Amino acid sequence: MDVLSDMLVMLLVLTNLRLLSSSRIGACIHTVAIQGVLLGAIALAVSPATLSIKLVALTLATVAVKAVLLPWLLRRAVRGAGVSREVEPIVGFTASTIVGALLLGLCFLISRPLQASAPAGIGKTLIPGAMFTTLSGLFLIVSRRKALTQVLGYLTMENGVYVFGASLAVREPLLVELGILLDVFVGVFVMGIVIYQINREFDHIDTDRLSVLKD
Amino acid sequence: MLWAVVGIPAAVGLTVLAPPLRRARPALLLLGALAHAVVVASVCLRPPAYESEAWIALDAPGRLFLAVTSLLFLVAATYAVGYLRTEQGRTTRDAEEGFLFRNEPEGVFAGCLLLFLAAMSLVCVSQHLGLLWVAVEATTLVSAPLISYHRHHRSLEATWKYLLICSVGIALALLGVFFLAAAGRGQTHGLTLHSLLASARGMDAAWLKAAFILLLVGYGTKMGLAPMHTWLPDAHSEAPSLVSALLSGALLNCALLALLRGHSVLAAAGLGGFSGQLLVVLGLLSMGAAAVFMIRQGDYKRLLAYSSIEHMGVVALGVGLGGLAVPGAMLHAVNHSIIKGLLFLAAGNLLATYHTKTIRNVRGVLRNTPVTGALWLAGFLAITGSPPFGLFQSELTILKGAMDGGHWAASVLYLLALGVVFVAMARLVLPMAFGEPASLAAGETTPRPREPAWAILPPLGLAMLALALGLFVPQSLWDVLSQAAAAIGAH
Repeated sequence: MDVLSDMLVMLLVLTNLRLLSSSRIGACIHTVAIQGVLLGAIALAVSPATLSIKLVALTLATVAVKAVLLPWLLRRAVRGAGVSREVEPIVGFTASTIVGALLLGLCFLISRPLQASAPAGIGKTLIPGAMFTTLSGLFLIVSRRKALTQVLGYLTMENGVYVFGASLAVREPLLVELGILLDVFVGVFVMGIVIYQINREFDHIDTDRLSVLKD
Repeated sequence: MLWAVVGIPAAVGLTVLAPPLRRARPALLLLGALAHAVVVASVCLRPPAYESEAWIALDAPGRLFLAVTSLLFLVAATYAVGYLRTEQGRTTRDAEEGFLFRNEPEGVFAGCLLLFLAAMSLVCVSQHLGLLWVAVEATTLVSAPLISYHRHHRSLEATWKYLLICSVGIALALLGVFFLAAAGRGQTHGLTLHSLLASARGMDAAWLKAAFILLLVGYGTKMGLAPMHTWLPDAHSEAPSLVSALLSGALLNCALLALLRGHSVLAAAGLGGFSGQLLVVLGLLSMGAAAVFMIRQGDYKRLLAYSSIEHMGVVALGVGLGGLAVPGAMLHAVNHSIIKGLLFLAAGNLLATYHTKTIRNVRGVLRNTPVTGALWLAGFLAITGSPPFGLFQSELTILKGAMDGGHWAASVLYLLALGVVFVAMARLVLPMAFGEPASLAAGETTPRPREPAWAILPPLGLAMLALALGLFVPQSLWDVLSQAAAAIGAH
């Protein structure tokens, strides 16, 4: 099982690097959708030997929302806003990739003390992998201009948090798991509505140009 | 019974969202607020038996914040009925820049208000940290449409910042919740507060500390602690005033409550000193940052927003110091909610009369609109902690707690920040209240602006309450405050 989960985490790390290096928003949405599938696979791979129906159903629901529904919503938003590329990000794509590599190393470093006292049975790569996904999302949010790319960053962050939850075997009650999933879905949905309104009002979705309010 | 606290506003809110009920909307909004207040009053006076493993239960901190939320919402809903009547269905000219804009549909606004109440109530009664997280995130999502009620570029900017910054912050808080679950060294325990507190002793310190830092950053963002406060002045200044009152008086408390849950787990694990210290540092930082931004503030709603950051800092400081300062901080949170509600509603009246948020263009409020002027002045005295209002007592209690504990440096910085804030606010607010109205100075004879009852009675009620709490804190309230402090784990 460890080998399998390690492989999946490595794939997750690669998707993050692709997110950091790609300028096409369409490609980024595609990558986030792949992440959604990987999340489901990781959740099943790290679970204890017997798969319960509840776990399988929840995982399927997560994959359905994160790999199908949200990417579909985002693609519609891209068409609506008529923006297909992240032009001139605040941190360039080459620099972002280098930052990503550094972040990855950092994640392995800082997860060591936590790893030492982690609950038994957690693979060596899961904690740093999840941490890297979360930090990549955060970095995307602060280093990109387009509101849509920032939403993708937020989704990546949420994916990282989800991997943590799955790998630490946090068994939440069904209601709470569904609540978290619903919140993420509604969150992206509301962000999509606000992006639509911003685009109608300003004719652009460059968040760095939203700078009237300040002291 | 307790589910009704969440269920009633949610059900009424969804009904209001449905389109065919145009006429009944204001009545339904009031009805929802009233029904909620009645249920809350009954569960607070006669609390249902505390089931330790239940996800939803009412303990002392929850009871305190639920009561404040319900009261403030009732007041704001009363104000909203009149406000919506004047604002709805017409294009408005922007006060600052003169362009025309339309407002959001009334149904969406009223519906989201009620759903906002439902989400905040769920925060107050959640005993399961996962459910608590779901509820806090839900408050962000349903309050975003409230901030962009006025459809123009500034409110959209504020909404975007609010949504993104708070969602990111709260995502980190979820990570913190997962860390708490993982701190049990492989022992499986649930995420109910009861089982976390019971098993806290045996948890791993490194994971617990990491969990608290994540919770502090996450919920602290929502609570408006510096340096994660950047969304707060924008959202509070661009939202309609009654929404600002709710954001400041009720929502910040909810985030505070979520943070206190984390603090109580650390205190139970014997790490209260660690989390307390972090709270003290962020509390003082918030007070300092707010004071600096208040000195040269040009916009009176932003001034109030920074004052909220300052007071959340005071509360965090009080909780972090421990001892007597903790019940003081609880009292402070209650007083702050009431007074900030009063101030934001009064600010809404000022905006309606003067059509500007710029401090320098508002003069002679006492002459122009005497009641609003008196409320504005009283609110200023109350929020800066002048006697005989309630904040004076709570700030004094926190100071006493700090000195008893021997935290001299914190006491000095605390007093310094309070002093700077007092002078800064006095310099800005007093000329607004007194001064010559511009129209009088120019020799024009404009009719005195009207002050409708819906606009002055709600803030007047809050002013009375703030005064009453300053003159007399009933023993039953002290009991709840000290129970709440004990539940948080005053060390």
